[in-house]
Amino acid sequence: MEGRLARIFIRLGSVITLAFLYVPLFVVAIYAFSKSRSGSWPPQLFTLHWFSVAWQDPTLRGAIGTSIVAAVCATSIALVLGTLASFAVHKFRFFGRDTVSFILVLPIALPGIVTALALSSAVQQASGSTGLTFGLVAIILGHATFCVVVVFNNVVARLRRTPGSWVEASMDLGGDGPMTFRRVTLPNLRTALIAAALLAFGLSFDEIVVTKYLAGSTLTLPLWIYNNISKPFQRPIVNVVSLVVLLVSLIPVYIAQRLTGSAQGLAAESTERAIDEAGPG
Amino acid sequence: MRRFVGVIAVIAALSLVGAACSKSSSTSTGTGAAQPLKYDPNAALEDNLNLVIWPLYAEKDVVKPFEAAMGGKCIVKTKDANTSDEMVNFMKQPGVWDGVSASGDATLRLIASNLVSPVDVTSFKGYSNVMPSLQAPAHNTVDGVHYGVPYEWGPNILMYNTSVVKPAPTSWDITFEPQINGAANPYAGKITGYDSAIYIADAAMYLKTHNPDLGITDPYELTSDQLDAAVNLLKGQKPLISKYWNVWSDEVDAFESGDMVAGTAWPANQNVLESDAKVQVASVTPTEGVTGWADTWMMSSSAPDPNCMLAWMNYTLTDQVQADTAYTFGATPSVTTACDTLKRKLIAGYGAAVGAAAYPLYHCADDSYLAKIYLWKTPVSNCGDSRGNTCTDYTTWQQDWTDVKGS
Amino acid sequence: MAASTATVPPPKRSLGLRSSAFLFRHPRVRLTFTLGPTLAWMIVIYLFSLAVLLVSSLWSVNPLTSQIEHVWTLSNYQTILHNAVYRTITIRTVMLAVAVTITDLLLAFPLSYYAARMASDRVRNALLFAVVMPLWANYLVKVFAWKTMVAGNGPVDAFFGLFGWHPDIATSLIAVWITLSYLWLPYVILPIFAAFERVPSSYLEASGDLGARSGRTFRKIVLPLVFPGLIAASIFSFSLTLGDYITVELISKSILLGNTIDAYAGGTANDQPLAAALATIPIAIMAVYLLIARALGAFEAL
Repeated sequence: MEGRLARIFIRLGSVITLAFLYVPLFVVAIYAFSKSRSGSWPPQLFTLHWFSVAWQDPTLRGAIGTSIVAAVCATSIALVLGTLASFAVHKFRFFGRDTVSFILVLPIALPGIVTALALSSAVQQASGSTGLTFGLVAIILGHATFCVVVVFNNVVARLRRTPGSWVEASMDLGGDGPMTFRRVTLPNLRTALIAAALLAFGLSFDEIVVTKYLAGSTLTLPLWIYNNISKPFQRPIVNVVSLVVLLVSLIPVYIAQRLTGSAQGLAAESTERAIDEAGPG
Repeated sequence: MRRFVGVIAVIAALSLVGAACSKSSSTSTGTGAAQPLKYDPNAALEDNLNLVIWPLYAEKDVVKPFEAAMGGKCIVKTKDANTSDEMVNFMKQPGVWDGVSASGDATLRLIASNLVSPVDVTSFKGYSNVMPSLQAPAHNTVDGVHYGVPYEWGPNILMYNTSVVKPAPTSWDITFEPQINGAANPYAGKITGYDSAIYIADAAMYLKTHNPDLGITDPYELTSDQLDAAVNLLKGQKPLISKYWNVWSDEVDAFESGDMVAGTAWPANQNVLESDAKVQVASVTPTEGVTGWADTWMMSSSAPDPNCMLAWMNYTLTDQVQADTAYTFGATPSVTTACDTLKRKLIAGYGAAVGAAAYPLYHCADDSYLAKIYLWKTPVSNCGDSRGNTCTDYTTWQQDWTDVKGS
Repeated sequence: MAASTATVPPPKRSLGLRSSAFLFRHPRVRLTFTLGPTLAWMIVIYLFSLAVLLVSSLWSVNPLTSQIEHVWTLSNYQTILHNAVYRTITIRTVMLAVAVTITDLLLAFPLSYYAARMASDRVRNALLFAVVMPLWANYLVKVFAWKTMVAGNGPVDAFFGLFGWHPDIATSLIAVWITLSYLWLPYVILPIFAAFERVPSSYLEASGDLGARSGRTFRKIVLPLVFPGLIAASIFSFSLTLGDYITVELISKSILLGNTIDAYAGGTANDQPLAAALATIPIAIMAVYLLIARALGAFEAL
């Protein structure tokens, strides 16, 4: 259907784009094995020394732990709030229904610096009366706020594809609310929830723009990287950490792809992530 | 459209609530409301100590002995700040940080905002050995009340790549002037400056010598005309600039990659470049003078670990710590008895000849040299002399700095 | 089967049954339970913060302590309007956003088309996986990789040095443009890929049957169909570039909206009300952009 010339151009363009996407990742990978401390080119290979140094760095392990805790908490909150809201929006036509979707999207639709500024001045104002201060709790609150829409979008999309007759049938057969939820609704939502949870987790784990404003003295992994990327002696460790995180995150992406079962599904889920990243990215 | 309007309505309503209920920040410039805190060696120590510091100010060789001496308590967690503004911003976060190594352009702001606590300096063992001019300096002592203990001081030097910049410079002109001796500046595009509004003072200091008609006496006390002249100098400098730095490693990286060859630097940057030995650098104190900093450890008024902070303040007044940080950073100790320790460290580190030659460059215990440095301080509208309230304040400086960088 | 003559007792009114019946009969209560928590969260935590931020743009700052003072003033907005540098900064940022968007659209186009229409199923899945993977690399690390690559004596310099050209882009806006294009590229590829997938093959066959060659088909059929997808993709790269401050700060000395706001709010300067006032600029720009995008049909393509 496409002309010969067009096909050649398209293939060539695709190769260029893919190369563009992966060359910097190779650079990161190479530097993880570089002997020299400074980041100048070319790197002197080859050593595994920095992997052991990274493993022994006490602040690094704490930062990874904090990131995991924050991501788990934020994802859990987002799962609950997002699912509840999606049920409300799906079933009811109430005044301001569109407004609700809009409000949920705002934290990620607005540029990240705006969200960061808003949340951090809120913490500053609230610190006097509520004792809330910059730290892990503030981070979790901030992350949950923009993770909610990830869950919301995924669940609403799944609910739209679910025939409402199933719930009615279940009720006709004598199931009450909780039983219908457990036996009919939840299994249907399960893969959407897992995919959403993975996306929300990844979003929270990699977040730096808003976290930088909320963290106080707490270190998450991106903040650890930010602090250490400007310390020349620590840079090789940062490269090691990035390589490991990249390799480890192959797993959830692969799982997400299998769960959604198709390329289209993965594209849809990743478009969700893209929408979410459009804010605090 | 309807949902847009709906959200606007909600936000407007909340704005009214927010305006009404917002906590009024302390606008008082009152000081001395709190009693000066005394250091008590027997006080119960907390588990942690969170410090905001200049980079390299609390390295492992300084922190580990402290933690050991505290019996495993007061585990130190540090955060590097790149400018004094960042330091002030961090200290505004309540209950997060215990202390800060503030320079003179942050100290009075912190004191006026009631963000730091007064301390009783007589309770620290090493305080009597502090240099006379740093015992009660205007930048950390207000109405006889002390707000911290001095740490290190030093100049912002002119650092240059010796293989590229020849002959060795003696003036700041290679960093400011697009034309030198009638010819174009040979280092255009590879100069650097410090990325903060306080850098305007460097330009003012340059004009003090090269444009005496302006009548600049103190580079931090500038009338509108003097400020405009300094800003114009900086705008003329912009084509020469590769990148302004405030993250210290940016300057180190850029010198090593050849993107920068000359500019204002901290002694620490020179130390690191020399130890990496990828490029050859040297530094000079030019004829126009230097700006610089004298840093004070201050304790936050909402410090979660006050006893640890007081212990830390006591610890940093000891000779070994003062000399260790001086050696690492290239700064000068504030404690006179640390000079011998520093000299021995330099000889041990660089060898007898080089170490002995390096030691006088620190001007240890030299009050008259310290007096010649234009130490960072916050520009305020009160000129402090016969000009009255006609000087420009820091808010104006910041907007002018944005103007310089952004145009 | 014998007909049962015994009466079947009514089902037990368990708590679950009673509560779900109650909720069924009182939809408003159900609405409150499901919508309430989330809405309350968003209002208290987010909308309230946004409101406080906007209000604070009308306050002033103490010149010495740089603390916010509740003194109402329009001076922040006056500063922005009167001082030409903020116009320069805004224009520079918008132009960068446009440049990044166009670059990403051009880079995304061939790959999306190939994956959507020319690749086998296995290759398509692999390509999508390959596109999504870089998103999981840490943002800062990707920025720093580019910083290293464009530095003097770096690989980019060495590459162009083969042709005898030393571009010296290390701290320039060009380096920022390249890095931002790199960072947002996967976000741009995915919606365009989805848009290409949605083009029904029958249209293309019909066009071919009616005598149009591939170029004409592309211009008249494919392009208009994927256009909403292109706009949708552009929203990401435009919005992300508009607010980015970390990449700009790490790589170059350029002053853009994001890092100006960051400097005044959290970093190297200290004037939170002015930062809040400046923050209204990207909000306004994005509002306009989103309205235009919606008019062009982009929201259906998300």
